Amino acid sequence: MLTLTHYLMLSGALFAIAVAGIFINRKNMILLLMCIELMLLAVNFNFIAFSRFLDDTAGQVFVFFILTVAAAEAAIGLAILVVLFRTRSSINVKDMNSMKG
Amino acid sequence: MIELIFFGMYAFVLLAAAVGVIGSRNPVHSAMFLVLAFVTSAVLWLMLEAEFLGIVLVLVYVGAVMVLFLFVVMMLDIDSATLREGFLSYAPVGVIVAIVAVAQIWSVVWLRNQGLPADVQLQPAAADFNNTAELGAVLYTEYVYPFELAAFVLLLAIVAAIVLTMRKRPNLKQQDISKQVAVNRKDRVRIVKMDAETD
Repeated sequence: MLTLTHYLMLSGALFAIAVAGIFINRKNMILLLMCIELMLLAVNFNFIAFSRFLDDTAGQVFVFFILTVAAAEAAIGLAILVVLFRTRSSINVKDMNSMKG
Repeated sequence: MIELIFFGMYAFVLLAAAVGVIGSRNPVHSAMFLVLAFVTSAVLWLMLEAEFLGIVLVLVYVGAVMVLFLFVVMMLDIDSATLREGFLSYAPVGVIVAIVAVAQIWSVVWLRNQGLPADVQLQPAAADFNNTAELGAVLYTEYVYPFELAAFVLLLAIVAAIVLTMRKRPNLKQQDISKQVAVNRKDRVRIVKMDAETD
């Protein structure tokens, strides 16, 4: 029978894949943004599973806000990416070294 | 039992799509795999009876955010060969970190689910249960301030995205509306008084 554990393990696996993606694609900024989206999806999964199994709507409200913030983050991140590509004609994370950090 | 089979199928598709996102050679393929992951998640959310959020995920993410991603990926002339160099050398580290992370999360889920309703048998909601109405009832009363803040965050995102990407091109011929409005008659028209010609 389908239990909360199944959903938590699925979201844990999804989150781990996204973390691996950040390690593997550390040069490509657009893939880093996609991996962040995957992580947020995994977190939302947890919220919805808990909301259903604890029978509390608050979890779904939180997912609603996370979706809002994630959409805003994606829009601003992609805008920054476009500006970066215009000035440096590259989206390689290696080329972002003007602050010498 | 049939629920479990369907959950297993969708979970497999979701994880395979996630692997496709991080492993594709082409960023466009990654974006398409991400679309698949979002749609599969929406299906799983529908199985959890979160109908409103499942539909919102498809509409907002697949319909808007992923189209934005695809638009940017296709607009930028990305040389994905140089971006992928070192892919194989970073892969073992990534896989190790992923395995450790997933082992930790699973062990915590496995061992520490006392007190959580992990083994509760879910009762399907009643036929007249409305997830959207339920969500709206708390969203506009208890969470009305966060709701307005979310609206402000979206406004901020619109303004920030426009401000960041707008640029003045030096040789572009365009109208400046405020200049046009501010024009005075005496700056442009000069009335010359002169005698009529006599023959």
